[in-house]
Amino acid sequence: MGTLTMNMVLIAQAGWVPERIREAGGAYSPELTWIGIWVAALLTFAMYSFLYKDNPVYKFGEHLYVGISVGYFIVLEWYNIMWPNLFLPLKTDPRFYWYLVIPGLLGVTMLFRFIRSLAWVSRYALAFYVAVGAGLAIPAIIQASLLQHMSHTLVPLWVSEKHWFGNISQILILIGVFSVLVYFFFSLEHRGAIGRVSQIGIWFLMISFGASFGYTVMARISLLIGRMQFLLSEWLGLKIG
Amino acid sequence: MTFYDRMLKIDRRWIYLLVAIAVIVPLLNPIGLPITTSPPSVAIFNEMDKIPAGGHVLISMDFDPASKPELYPMTLALFRHCFKKDVKILVLTLWPSGAALAEEAITRAAEEFGKKNGEDYVYLGYKAGFTIVILSMGESIKNTFPTDYNGIPTGNMPILQKMDRLGDLDFMIDVAAGASVEYWIAYGRERYKFPMGAGCTAVSATQYYPYLNTGQLKGLLGGLKGAAEYEKLIDFPALATKGMDAQSIVHLMTVIIVILTNILYLISRSQRKREGA
Repeated sequence: MGTLTMNMVLIAQAGWVPERIREAGGAYSPELTWIGIWVAALLTFAMYSFLYKDNPVYKFGEHLYVGISVGYFIVLEWYNIMWPNLFLPLKTDPRFYWYLVIPGLLGVTMLFRFIRSLAWVSRYALAFYVAVGAGLAIPAIIQASLLQHMSHTLVPLWVSEKHWFGNISQILILIGVFSVLVYFFFSLEHRGAIGRVSQIGIWFLMISFGASFGYTVMARISLLIGRMQFLLSEWLGLKIG
Repeated sequence: MTFYDRMLKIDRRWIYLLVAIAVIVPLLNPIGLPITTSPPSVAIFNEMDKIPAGGHVLISMDFDPASKPELYPMTLALFRHCFKKDVKILVLTLWPSGAALAEEAITRAAEEFGKKNGEDYVYLGYKAGFTIVILSMGESIKNTFPTDYNGIPTGNMPILQKMDRLGDLDFMIDVAAGASVEYWIAYGRERYKFPMGAGCTAVSATQYYPYLNTGQLKGLLGGLKGAAEYEKLIDFPALATKGMDAQSIVHLMTVIIVILTNILYLISRSQRKREGA
């Protein structure tokens, strides 16, 4: 069952790759890979059965996915984070790596959140985490997102006579940024001139949402195409494309 | 209930069935609809194309199997372009669930071009902690990843002898399903000044267009369309190109359904008004 699960996870992750299964320590055999493809195909149907209506087969697939994901993540986190960064150094040279005990203990204190009377202990670790995160993020994000984007909004409106589309783009960016900022300025009632400018801001926002929605449709259909390619090609063995 | 009302209340499962047919039929019987390239995709291609043989490109595969249909073909196309030009590739992932997928992709592309691990490419594997990993790689890639995914020490690898920091890169591409592009820009590109591009799911493409405008991203590949464009640019039609007929037909169908339902709604509303009057 363990080998089958390993196959399922690796097939789901990497597709049809017996070599990878063997390298990862899975006891590969053609029969098992064949079973893996069937399991993946049947689970795909189980998930799509929700489109008809909610049913026990869908629920089974959903719970199986959650269970396997959690198990997979626990193993991955142990081998990629806990073991190489904490336990292995402490085991090999505890005198040199003694300081790793401190973050290790801070990590353990996070688990105190599960005990109501001792939940306050976890705040020290959280405070440390938030402080480091904020210290790293605030200057970097302000520079990369806010300042850079502002400086590229404050550019000459006239690009050149040859690039008429560039000229229009610069004007559109200016109008868009200004009107959307006015729309999000809530200290004044949106009436009169302010109201009209914020209406223009709403138009810019709507066009932006429309573009995002168009891209979202494309993304979802791409996922369906991916599944169909798997079912037609790898499960049924049909030639596609 | 009028005909128009009945059409507006049609069971949505009929639409699902239509979408399924619109996907399956073109996959089995391709039409070969033309694929046009967009400036952000061409920009990535041009940046990659001007890297000399022996140059170094870092590709961070920050996605998991949920985004495989969109981002896997894109990554393969990028690998193929690099290997075709004898450009060396460093691969890593900041997503734990993307580790096996990344290994499969680089191994597959390397086998196609007969490239060697440690010389022509290295798969560094997964490392936890987005920000810290990027900052640490800015100082030393070999210290951040003392061993590759398979446990081979990186210190002696030929691929890492002439470069060791993000600033030494000729180009970097983040193929991302989440917000990692913003991390790479904020903590990597801005600090260590290397040219950068991005490939992303279609859902997040609009989020990254402002970074194109500022020049922080040299180019952008968005979703399956971006992947198909890149396959066209490197003249290697593969998975994404195969899916584009289905994509276009479903889009056309979606547009027709939206227009049709709006017309039906307007007719139905005017009929109800007349009946009310």
